Amino acid sequence: MSADIQSLINRLPSLGDAVLVTLQLTLGGAVLAMIVALVLGFGSRTQSLWVRGPSRVIVEFFRGTSLVVQLFWVFYVLPVFGFKMEALAVGIVALGLNYGAYGSEVVRGSIASVPRGQWEASIALNMSWFHRVRRVIFPQAWALMIPMLTNLLIQLLKGSALAYYITLHDLNFWTVQLRRANSDTIFSYTVGLLVYFVIAYLLTWGMNWLEERAKRRLGRGTRPTLAEMFRTKPMVTSELPATTPSTAKGGLV
Amino acid sequence: MTTSTGTAPAIEFRDVVKRFGDNVVLDGLNFSVPQGQRITLIGPSGSGKTTILRLLMTLEELSGGLILIDGDPYTHEYKGDKWVAVPEKRRRVVRKRVGMVFQQFNLFPNMSVLENIIESPVHVLGKAKDEAIADAERLLDKVGMPEKRDFQTNQLSGGQQQRVAIARALAMDPEILLLDEVTSALDPEIVADVLDVLREIADTTDITMLLVTHEMQFAREVSDRVLMFDKGQIVEEADPETMFTNPRHDRTKAFLKAVLG
Amino acid sequence: MNDSGIWSWETAWDVLPDLLNGLQITVLATVVGMVIASILGLVIALAMRARSRWITMPLRFVSDFIRMTPLLVQLVFVNLLFVQVPSLAIGCIVLGIHYATYMSEVYRAGIESVPKGQWEAATALNMAPGRTWRAVILPQAIRNTLPGLGNYAISMFKETPFLFAISVVEMFSEAQSYGANTFSYIEPLTMVGLLFLIVSYPTSLLVRRMEIRLA
Repeated sequence: MSADIQSLINRLPSLGDAVLVTLQLTLGGAVLAMIVALVLGFGSRTQSLWVRGPSRVIVEFFRGTSLVVQLFWVFYVLPVFGFKMEALAVGIVALGLNYGAYGSEVVRGSIASVPRGQWEASIALNMSWFHRVRRVIFPQAWALMIPMLTNLLIQLLKGSALAYYITLHDLNFWTVQLRRANSDTIFSYTVGLLVYFVIAYLLTWGMNWLEERAKRRLGRGTRPTLAEMFRTKPMVTSELPATTPSTAKGGLV
Repeated sequence: MTTSTGTAPAIEFRDVVKRFGDNVVLDGLNFSVPQGQRITLIGPSGSGKTTILRLLMTLEELSGGLILIDGDPYTHEYKGDKWVAVPEKRRRVVRKRVGMVFQQFNLFPNMSVLENIIESPVHVLGKAKDEAIADAERLLDKVGMPEKRDFQTNQLSGGQQQRVAIARALAMDPEILLLDEVTSALDPEIVADVLDVLREIADTTDITMLLVTHEMQFAREVSDRVLMFDKGQIVEEADPETMFTNPRHDRTKAFLKAVLG
Repeated sequence: MNDSGIWSWETAWDVLPDLLNGLQITVLATVVGMVIASILGLVIALAMRARSRWITMPLRFVSDFIRMTPLLVQLVFVNLLFVQVPSLAIGCIVLGIHYATYMSEVYRAGIESVPKGQWEAATALNMAPGRTWRAVILPQAIRNTLPGLGNYAISMFKETPFLFAISVVEMFSEAQSYGANTFSYIEPLTMVGLLFLIVSYPTSLLVRRMEIRLA
């Protein structure tokens, strides 16, 4: 055991770098995913078939073809077409596109569950489309989408472990190295998974905080209990969030 | 910007058609409302009254015909022989003159009472914020709830929410105000508060008003003219006195008997 | 190999049989994994209803831990622990356990969605608790969980490529090893993606229909 501890202490300095890579992938992927989700989510709602059609196809394509395949496709095949990216960028792009497609369903569903009257009132007040969305609709939809986005964020973090296979020195890589140093599988992987767990917990905590803040803005805030702040319960459906009545948390009126 | 000509009616419907799928709600409707008049639309549900207000607010798209505001084509126009939609940019210019209060209030829950009222004056009309706030406070005074300025909307009762919604619509300084069953969602004991506010607005301004309501007594007091609708057609049109005491058409008689008892 | 431009149909035809072989393993892993997840998920959901915190607290921690850490790392971990066990078996079991933590939430929601009146009626009819569960609550709860089960089955199907990390030769591994041997990745990787789409998209349409019907 003391040899294990010694190997861990030796590798602690590189843990910081490894966590940083994992966080870069996760947060970079999340930012890209959010942008993709907004574009495709609103694209899927437009009246124009020329926008809606391609949006739907892109969403179904990225949801349907598996993250692993997409990541390796970007890594091995895109260079053939002359797009050569750094491995970190490959990871962020693949994670961002895949989870962006899932996120677009969350965006679409949450926007759809903002009551129609809110759109109508903002038209009656003569707001432009962008103004309506930015100031009235999105703040309300945002409170609804956070729990489902939290799910996706944790899944994105878990998916980032693939980065090791495209040469990145992330937390997964660090765990493998630790085991190589001490030959103790149980110890090394328990430590590695615990670090992932702590990151996931902190991310969940941050998202719960965002949710409480968003709800308070809607005047529905109650000071959350400790248990609520540390809640880790996943939303029930991962494939089709928000379009299913079972996951929609009721209207806002 | 197109100029309004003063002499033109505030609102004019010209051969207006509205279909929902196969269901024809309005079939070649013609009527006009002079500047400053208060018109009440009555009739059984499904007779197309609310659709008229929603068309005026561009919440529904026209299926045919024209709607003119102060003589300007609003939602559609003829280009030569072609009937085309007016682009959103020009609609917004005309829409500035129209305000609406809804049955379900539709206050924005992510904003305080004050923010609800000043949002569009500041960000759409480009008013200075101080000025917008001063106006909002004056309007809150007018609707009898100055102390609720910084409340969240869900801390208010239905009647209070509706009064804020009225203040919010007035803050846009509309020439035309559309009132769509504004008391229908309220408990009976607070209906009077909201009607008092509307009565005062009717007395102290010259806003053109179009009301859909089931409050017949109120309609009688404030309207200049009452239109009885049935199946998308105006079956009778009269001043309130005549309409409520001496209706001519059988459909009107039956309807009034049903609602007034 | 890529003599006629970037995409070679010849390569595509060459790799297709391998991919279809891999698809069988992929489907097998999904089905076995889902059976494990469905059963274990129900066990977890029922155990979480225990009164004693000594049962629910550790269970919650373990379940959160499994759900919030990468499946990929878990696969490698368990595979290293049990070197004698065939990788495919490890893969199915780890997939099953990982998804059981999600399925337990689906069951929980399903059980909670059975109206209170059903419990009260069962009490009024003097049913034994075991019978209440078997005859009244679970049949209704499980009906409610079908869409969730379908959705997670699709999710799991698309995560089976993780098994490449423990050298299970499923569809993606086939594509990858073909690519590594011939240096042409475009055909195998593109086709494996399309095969995933061909299976998962119609399935997700079916699940969506089921959701609408049950809603």
